[in-house]
Amino acid sequence: MTNDDLNKKTAEPEVKKDAGSSTVSSADISKQFVKSTAAPPPLTKKRRLFNTGSTYTLRKPLRKWFWLFLLPVTAAFVIGFVWPFIQGIYLSFCKFRLTSDATFVGFDNYARIFGDQAFMRSFWYTAVFAVVSLVIINVLAFAVALALTQSIRGSNIFRTVFFMPNLIGGIVLGYLWSMIFDGILSHFGTSILQDSTWGFWGLIIVVSWQQIGYMMIIYIAGLNAIPEDMLEAAKIDGANYFQTLFKVTIPNVMPSITICMFLSLTNGFKLFDQNIALTGGQPITVENGIAIKETELLALNIYNTFYNNQSEFARGMAQSKAVLFFILVAVIGLVQLGITRKKEVQQ
Amino acid sequence: MAKKTNDMEFSEAKKVITVHDIDPNILKDAQKKSKKKKGLALTIILSIISVVYVFPVAAVLVNSFKNNTYVKTDTFALPFNDGMWAGFSNFEKGMTFGNYPFINSVINSLIITLISTALIVFCTSMAAWYIARVNSIFCKIIYYLCVFSMVVPFQMVMYTLSKTADTLKLNTPWTIPIVYLGFGAGLAIFMFVGFVKSIPIEIEEAAAIDGCGPVRTFFQVVFPMLRPTMISVGILEIMWIWNDYLLPYLVLDINEYRTIPIHIQYLKGSYGTVDLGASMALILLSIIPVIVFYLICQKYIIKGVAAGAVKG
Repeated sequence: MTNDDLNKKTAEPEVKKDAGSSTVSSADISKQFVKSTAAPPPLTKKRRLFNTGSTYTLRKPLRKWFWLFLLPVTAAFVIGFVWPFIQGIYLSFCKFRLTSDATFVGFDNYARIFGDQAFMRSFWYTAVFAVVSLVIINVLAFAVALALTQSIRGSNIFRTVFFMPNLIGGIVLGYLWSMIFDGILSHFGTSILQDSTWGFWGLIIVVSWQQIGYMMIIYIAGLNAIPEDMLEAAKIDGANYFQTLFKVTIPNVMPSITICMFLSLTNGFKLFDQNIALTGGQPITVENGIAIKETELLALNIYNTFYNNQSEFARGMAQSKAVLFFILVAVIGLVQLGITRKKEVQQ
Repeated sequence: MAKKTNDMEFSEAKKVITVHDIDPNILKDAQKKSKKKKGLALTIILSIISVVYVFPVAAVLVNSFKNNTYVKTDTFALPFNDGMWAGFSNFEKGMTFGNYPFINSVINSLIITLISTALIVFCTSMAAWYIARVNSIFCKIIYYLCVFSMVVPFQMVMYTLSKTADTLKLNTPWTIPIVYLGFGAGLAIFMFVGFVKSIPIEIEEAAAIDGCGPVRTFFQVVFPMLRPTMISVGILEIMWIWNDYLLPYLVLDINEYRTIPIHIQYLKGSYGTVDLGASMALILLSIIPVIVFYLICQKYIIKGVAAGAVKG
């Protein structure tokens, strides 16, 4: 083995550790790399993304096996995502009942959406729902995670119990809870299908019950990563419980908090199964001659426009609603990505 | 990287708070006492919350043994009164309920979940290795499209996807896994590529020098190393596909094939006229396998979820 090879080996682990988390910092790392190796390999753009040595001996023979390694996934990906996505964008500019009878109408569908009161209402309803569920889920999940990391007895059992609802599907959950809500509300002469206030809070209770355990797991992972000596140091320095919580604990779990907030926000916007199973959008009120489903979230509204609306414009409108919905969710996702990336760079 | 910030924070904290002279023994005693008290109080509070958490499932269990008429009026009563106890009649009724045998739904769900998960784990791990190692422009396009597909909500493609699946005859439990592979590839590829990047290429190069071709290198060297990620991906996919409602509902031929969520939603569709006792029995039957699976694989499930969340 030559001297160069040895040097390269010692430098490699360092490089790998950092390059995985962010592409921005890889430039600095490659500088380090250059310094530490006697004869630097050419730094092409390709190296930055996946950090594969350009000298990788298997690359050429591997390329011959494209059909075995990459083709199945690519084909399925085109069938299951790429083609439907492109067709979906195109159809959002069309009037159609079936994919075969589409006629191009430009931005008509989009213009029509803004006149659709039910859609605008369900947009604001969803936004309020998403924010309220975000706050409740995260506050409670963080509190539970804090309690469970206090080295108390049986914390594993509690963790098991709190996470359990996550495995039950949305449809079953919705049905299960509608039984319970109706059991309570029937004593007051109403039901979850008749009272939209209960419909809203019922849905909040269901998603909280389901997601608190999930967020709790992420928070526990974050809390356990705080070095013990930091908390001890704070204690020795005379910080009381709340000082420690706000000055040491919370700043250290900020990455977990960001992830959980965005997860619950997108979950709130995308919620469908629980909504259709619990209330199905009921009760229905009539405003200005338009039937409005009071507890209908965005995803359900899109679904109903697609499949339960006989108007000749319905499908085109539904598809363009779906495009707007996608943009909304994607923007939230990108903002999250941006924020987490930034944090990583600072660290 | 996290350590750096910690150190910074630490040094800042040092500046603000001056060190007091405290007898370490006194401090320790006080800590012990308060910890014990706090521990007990916390345990009690958490126990109460746990009971609330388990309550809905327990309610289903209790109600599945009640006669139909009592489910709505006496939801929270124990079914040991005269007339309320239904024995196992609800379960017998439930099996043929809704013009579709429940057992068929269970079998369909099992087929779809198992085949799809196996297909996704197997195919995406191969693809991810290829993408990370060959790293051509085409690979990058596929990779970024996969990352992109993770933020696309299903409603965006639901109509066109169901039509495409229909024309390609992907509407049976045996063929729908291809749709799942396509729509679910994003997260799996993302997680696998992330892991492959952390495998030192020297190991594979050593195998190549010893005369392994790419296929053998993958199956004998890389594949075993991917095990932890495979378990995580597998768990996430199982949880998603088993509980998925809308995709199979739109893609499958509903009169012939139903999954458990579709079956349950069909009961709900005729709410009011439906036999509530029998539906409770079905709900219980659909929850039991999930809870058994959870209790057996708990460790992996929680790990997998944590891994998926941090990356996704």
